[in-house]
Amino acid sequence: MLVEAKSGHTGGPLSCTDFATTLYFNVLNHDPGNPTSPDRDMVIYSIGHVTPVNYSILAECGYFPLKDLMEFRKVEGHLQGHPNRLDTPGVEASTGSLGQGLSISVGIASGFRMDNKPNRVYCVMGDGENQEGSIWEAAMAAGNFKLDNLCAILDLNNCQIDGHMEDIMDINPIADKYRAFKWNVIEIDGHDLVQIRDAFATAKSTKGKPTIIIARTVMGKGVSFMEGDYNWHGVAPSLEQGEKALGELGTNYAEWSQRLLTN
Amino acid sequence: MIVKELTAVDKKKTREGFGRALAQLGHDNPNVVALTADLGGSVNMRFFAKDFPDRFINCGVAEQNMCNIASGLSLVGKIPFFATFGCFATARCLDMIRTTICYANLNVKIAGSHGGLLTGEDGASHQALEELGLMRILPNMTVIAPCDFWEAQRATKAVADIDGPCYLRLGRASIPVLTDENSPFEIGKAVTHREGSDVAIVACGVMVYESLMAAEMLSQDGINARVINLHTIKPIDVDTLVSAAEECGAVVTAEEHQIHCGMGSAVAEALVQRCPVPMEFVGVQDRFGISGPGDELLKVFGLKDVDIVKAVKKVLKRKK
Repeated sequence: MLVEAKSGHTGGPLSCTDFATTLYFNVLNHDPGNPTSPDRDMVIYSIGHVTPVNYSILAECGYFPLKDLMEFRKVEGHLQGHPNRLDTPGVEASTGSLGQGLSISVGIASGFRMDNKPNRVYCVMGDGENQEGSIWEAAMAAGNFKLDNLCAILDLNNCQIDGHMEDIMDINPIADKYRAFKWNVIEIDGHDLVQIRDAFATAKSTKGKPTIIIARTVMGKGVSFMEGDYNWHGVAPSLEQGEKALGELGTNYAEWSQRLLTN
Repeated sequence: MIVKELTAVDKKKTREGFGRALAQLGHDNPNVVALTADLGGSVNMRFFAKDFPDRFINCGVAEQNMCNIASGLSLVGKIPFFATFGCFATARCLDMIRTTICYANLNVKIAGSHGGLLTGEDGASHQALEELGLMRILPNMTVIAPCDFWEAQRATKAVADIDGPCYLRLGRASIPVLTDENSPFEIGKAVTHREGSDVAIVACGVMVYESLMAAEMLSQDGINARVINLHTIKPIDVDTLVSAAEECGAVVTAEEHQIHCGMGSAVAEALVQRCPVPMEFVGVQDRFGISGPGDELLKVFGLKDVDIVKAVKKVLKRKK
């Protein structure tokens, strides 16, 4: 989809893929056939720019046809560069301006609690995004409000647009900061599926505190020439690079395009 | 209403009208939720907070967080009203209002108190003079500036009945009460408070009262001024404005706001396409406020009835 779009974010979606896939296929209570079901858990992508993983998973779940992915970022499609809830089934909020998703999630969690509902809200955050002050306003509120129906997942890939996170504005010690804000903190390898699943289970059973899963990840995970390289934050692969990347992931461009277009 | 009666009217705060209506809404609709950022007393949420503590959230001094907590609440079917001073409710939260609320057309109601110069002694930092412009430029947003205590109550109830983002401008000071409990109110429908055919004065907020006073003074000189209360700045009542322009041939706008991008600009945008007529703009002339008693500030900044009279006489010289 990124090759077709000729623009978009590549590195971050790949660092999120393992935990985001686990979240939708193993953790979330949702019904792709009824995207507005009042019984559903909600996912807020505070890092709106990871639409390639967000949309791919929604399509794989059945929220919309896979072929729509080929119209990502195109006028004729419904998949905006950054997600808009009015355009795309399964997108819960319009994000893209960083630092806003955690506050939205606090509101959702508060609403569920007002209604004594068991629904949960998950918020996908980036590390660079934790440089935004609004994240800390939300973190303070979630801790003080004891929102144990809120689980944040921090994609700690140590890369942001302009460079390595430590070289731009280090957010560490990030676990200590969230502990100080009255959160339950779980640190995991964000590419270890067992650790990911266990972390979501622990988050669900933790009472009296919101949980943040700090997932140490690798930008561009799974594609050798992208891994760990911040230059892949906001660019799409060329056709040649896309072919090579898909080859490393066990498919090829023709086969993958065909799969998307016929489903 | 003659001048004598106008000067004898009661004075009440629009922010109190909001607070009383919000409490009533709390009783009428279990989905109504109220949020503030450490200004619950100032924005008169005490009535609501007392009756519905489980549906009241004090976010502390963190307006951006409050704004998007409201967004989240709307996503699970609540009707959140968040309130603080207008400067902070809009300019400080603008990105949240633009991208999270308006882009997604979320059902969030924003109440900005301390709009205008009547905020007084706290000075420029606290006198919202540009928030109507900031809000009306955003797609999907409804913008309302009630003229008095009762209209603030009606507007508060009316915005709860429509789906989508709304901004309510409220004031700190007690201002003349021009309407009553049973006056009609419809979002997007301007109210003509006084008929006249020589000039139309279009105003919102406290400037409706100043305009009525001006109209009374003008009548002494044989000038019949129509006074229109344009409480809804967006969506704007084009038909009422065009009729006024056609029938009066000249328009003066009056607002407690910057003359740029505010209500007057909205009126000009509407008229220039269908019935351009000579116009004058009474409002704050591209400058920041200062500290001082509110009513004195209206005089210093040229927002009193006499200033509207001057603007009318000026525009009439250009009328064909």
